[in-house]
Amino acid sequence: MDTPDTLRYTRSHEWATDPADGVVTVGITDFAQDQLGDVVFVELPKVGTKVKAGQAIAVIESVKTASDIYAPLDGEIVAVNEVLNGEPEAINAGPYEGGWLFRIEPTDPSAWNGLLEASAYEAVAQEG
Amino acid sequence: MTPPAATTDATPVVAAADRFRSDSFPLIFERSSPGRRAARPPVTDGDDMATLLGEEHLREAPPRLPEVAELDLVRHYTQLAHRQFSIDGNVYPLGSCTMKYNPKLHEDVAERFLDLHPYQDEEGAQGILELLFEVQRDLAQITGMDDVSLQPAAGAHGELAGILMIRAYHMANGEGELRRVVICPDGAHGTNPATAAMAGYEVVEVPTGPDGEVDVDAFRAALGPHVAAVMLTNPNTLGIFETRILEISRLAHEVGAQLYYDGANLNAIVGRARPGDMGFDVVHLNLHKTFTTPHGGGGPGTGPVGVKAHLAPFLPVPRIVRSGAGYTIEGERAHSIGRLRSFYGNVGNLVRAWAYIRRLGLVGLKRVSTMAVLNANYLRVRMREAGYTIAFDRVNMHEFVAQPPAGTKTLDVAKAMLDYGVHPMTVYFPLVVREAMMVEPTETESLETLDAYAAVLGEILERTAKDPEWISRAPTTTPVGRVDEVRAARKPVLRHEFSD
Amino acid sequence: MPYVPHTSADVERALATIGVSSLDELFADVPDALLDPAIDLSEPLDEVSLLRRVDELARRDHTTGPMFLGGGVRSHFIPAVTPRLAMQSEFVTAYTPYQAEVSQGVLQSTFEFQTMMSELTGLPVSNASMYDGASSVAEGALLAVRQTGRETVMVSRGVHPESRQVLQTYLWPLGIAVEVIDLDGLVTPEPVVGDHVACVIAQTPNFLGALEPMAAIGRAARDAGALLVAVVDPLSLAVLASPGSYGADVAVGDGQPLGNPMQYGGPSFGFMVVSDALIRQLPGRLVGQTVDVEGRRAFVLTLQAREQHIRRSKAKSNICSNHQLAALMATINMAALGPVGLREMAEGSVRWAHRLADALEAAGADVVRGARFFNEFVVRVDREPHEVRRALSRRGIRAGVGVPAEYGFGHAITLAATELTRQDDVDALVKTLSDRSLLPAHAGVL
Repeated sequence: MDTPDTLRYTRSHEWATDPADGVVTVGITDFAQDQLGDVVFVELPKVGTKVKAGQAIAVIESVKTASDIYAPLDGEIVAVNEVLNGEPEAINAGPYEGGWLFRIEPTDPSAWNGLLEASAYEAVAQEG
Repeated sequence: MTPPAATTDATPVVAAADRFRSDSFPLIFERSSPGRRAARPPVTDGDDMATLLGEEHLREAPPRLPEVAELDLVRHYTQLAHRQFSIDGNVYPLGSCTMKYNPKLHEDVAERFLDLHPYQDEEGAQGILELLFEVQRDLAQITGMDDVSLQPAAGAHGELAGILMIRAYHMANGEGELRRVVICPDGAHGTNPATAAMAGYEVVEVPTGPDGEVDVDAFRAALGPHVAAVMLTNPNTLGIFETRILEISRLAHEVGAQLYYDGANLNAIVGRARPGDMGFDVVHLNLHKTFTTPHGGGGPGTGPVGVKAHLAPFLPVPRIVRSGAGYTIEGERAHSIGRLRSFYGNVGNLVRAWAYIRRLGLVGLKRVSTMAVLNANYLRVRMREAGYTIAFDRVNMHEFVAQPPAGTKTLDVAKAMLDYGVHPMTVYFPLVVREAMMVEPTETESLETLDAYAAVLGEILERTAKDPEWISRAPTTTPVGRVDEVRAARKPVLRHEFSD
Repeated sequence: MPYVPHTSADVERALATIGVSSLDELFADVPDALLDPAIDLSEPLDEVSLLRRVDELARRDHTTGPMFLGGGVRSHFIPAVTPRLAMQSEFVTAYTPYQAEVSQGVLQSTFEFQTMMSELTGLPVSNASMYDGASSVAEGALLAVRQTGRETVMVSRGVHPESRQVLQTYLWPLGIAVEVIDLDGLVTPEPVVGDHVACVIAQTPNFLGALEPMAAIGRAARDAGALLVAVVDPLSLAVLASPGSYGADVAVGDGQPLGNPMQYGGPSFGFMVVSDALIRQLPGRLVGQTVDVEGRRAFVLTLQAREQHIRRSKAKSNICSNHQLAALMATINMAALGPVGLREMAEGSVRWAHRLADALEAAGADVVRGARFFNEFVVRVDREPHEVRRALSRRGIRAGVGVPAEYGFGHAITLAATELTRQDDVDALVKTLSDRSLLPAHAGVL
């Protein structure tokens, strides 16, 4: 399981980058993509949507499952990864790079510090 | 491959595979040659279409439909039939699907009622109307309900009718806004929560307890004045009878909720126990399950709904009623939820179900459920002996849930079964059991067939123990091997593209 | 006992294997108070007695003679080869094709069905069929609501009254408003569509048989950002402009005219064909083409993550089954007839309907003119439509679908013709409707 230390995580298997430049990039973890298997479709939120932490705002489909993706923080969607519309497999190939999902401008950037650190997330993932 | 015991029965798929195995089994479009055709309607000469209809209404180019000679047509669809598994071919014990034998007699009966138009005068339709009236009456008797509508086209459609009636009932009592929630067990069929959502409700799931039944404490905690309905299957999707059903019914009614019976598993109790007596207010039936109308490769099904008297005013229209010496169609009803489809239901299937009930009578229906339960318990024991784990290993009703030994995937076992010419059980359902194999043999299979089925399952584990790689290559004798579902979903090809 | 193979020795062997002493012990979980209630059913019938009872019932049904009933179901030519092939036991007794390796028969024929429906409608993506035409109209409206996020649908009064009733049943629980567009005479005027409208639903030929100005209706919808849901008779598309050609986003309808018997109204099948942009919103089953492990062409159910067994309460619809066998009948029928045969059926229907209208008019009937019609048209009568229908029925003629009062024609019926109509039938109908002695309460129907 690849879990970069520089990121923060949620119990629902999203990762979020440090909001140093005022924007947080969000994706799903390597553990999550492995559990899902081959991703076949991604339904992304619209840019400009206001979101609340914990709100289901995207869907990732594999052949036999559809998983909701939750906003890790309150804020506004400022970008989505359009590449995934044509190449959903980018999530399997690089969940932390080409497979990012969307960018949020958080209402309160400091809330990021309240998310799970890598070691805590790994413990969550291992519980199953 | 050594032919195992089960393949001594007819195995059309395996036999066909040798003949048709090819890289390019053609589409009907690829057999087409301009100018050919199989059938000719009566031709009427006269004015051209532009004159009669106006140029602006006409299509520019004809649809590219196949042009084939009759024998080519016959061979194409006969060969496709050979590439298809069926109950008539071999055992097909899908859990919660009740894949029992569909009597040939019913097909003959159905052919007698093909040339009736739904709008023809009722005077000239008294035969079919009497038959439909009898189906309404008999299904009410069998379910213990006061009234029945035959309209819904499928189980899920019957669910929609049932939940909408409950919604209309609460609205009529001034509680439409108050009651926003429908409770379903976590083992429920997927249609239950989907139906509740379609009827505008929020869904709350309650967990299955350690005995495989609804966790009554969790259920009680979920109840309240905000609950509109509770949707249950009994026996449930684990094949276990909810022994506390009378308590569940009492608790639900105490808070004013209505109890909904998903009839998918009625085959376990038909003739021997009735949802109406258990306290259910609404029930839908799947005539393609318990009442053996053919599944047809995915439909048409038929999903009549029955209700207790307090919900009868809300039944969908139209209904068949007796008036004087004859039968008429009642098209309107003051408080009805309305119409769910055109006309009177899937009459062709209602005719088949009528024939089944008439042929068996009560004594036959009791035999159906009793032998269905006997067969399921017998196969449960045989599968345990063959090395499978039984989830909730107790006397079950018409179906049970098993799991392969650790390290073996249900999907692989299912694919290996195809090489033995038998059909797998329902796999990966219910979701509450990992690697679930849900088995419903039905009453129409003989013990010899079940012995052979269990033998196949045992042999698959033995072979896998010796050669773990083998199972991941299965099936190898079917018309096609494992298919690339990821490719199908990522880059959907949903119609044939013509090369011209 | 019919259909149950168990001998008493089998029962003993099974009980011993299970480890219980009696069959009743298997039902021990069912509370005693619930077990074996009195159920009032007729005594069982043997095969011969059952068929005699069927004869007795079927004799009381009127199934022959001149036929001019339409209203969504018609008596069309079905070549013998169609039901013989479709009703092969492998197709009839198969389940939903979840195990693709042994279900290529159902899967491939469904892929062929999807292709044919796409060809007829001029739209790219057909599902594997639904319950019937009326419920497909409702599903089409729900699709438009999901796609646009708007909560009002507009529906032409020209859409079959039963379809509009089903639409109401599906939409009221979700709080979606339905606005009805009144007809101008026989056809739909160009509607005024607000930006709160998810879709405009119009049917051509409409319930009165008239051809609608679909392109103009579609433009009005598109200009307001709404979808056009076209309700069509699939057989008519052998000659009429396809929904795709006039900009429809969704085509729905009932497949009965494509080779399914009337069967007192069911089962037939509904269809839904949509533009590429709407694939993810499409309810119901879909079959896709792919390859197997050796690279051979194969077919499989696909995009299942939209469906109820995976999404549960978040599914696009609760629909679970399709009307596979009825869709297969249509597939084989279309392949049997080909583009020429289908066109000949449509043309025959149109020509006979026009001959019938002319003959009635010549005999003095009040045929409602004012729009082009296809295979069905409106005639005013001088009494309740069901009285006319009964009078005709007693003369051996099945004709006269009532035109509801909402259309404002007073007492009126529709009459439909097909390629199976004959001159003798037309003569019989004209004569009966003209003969005052047959309908003594008033001065004749005409």
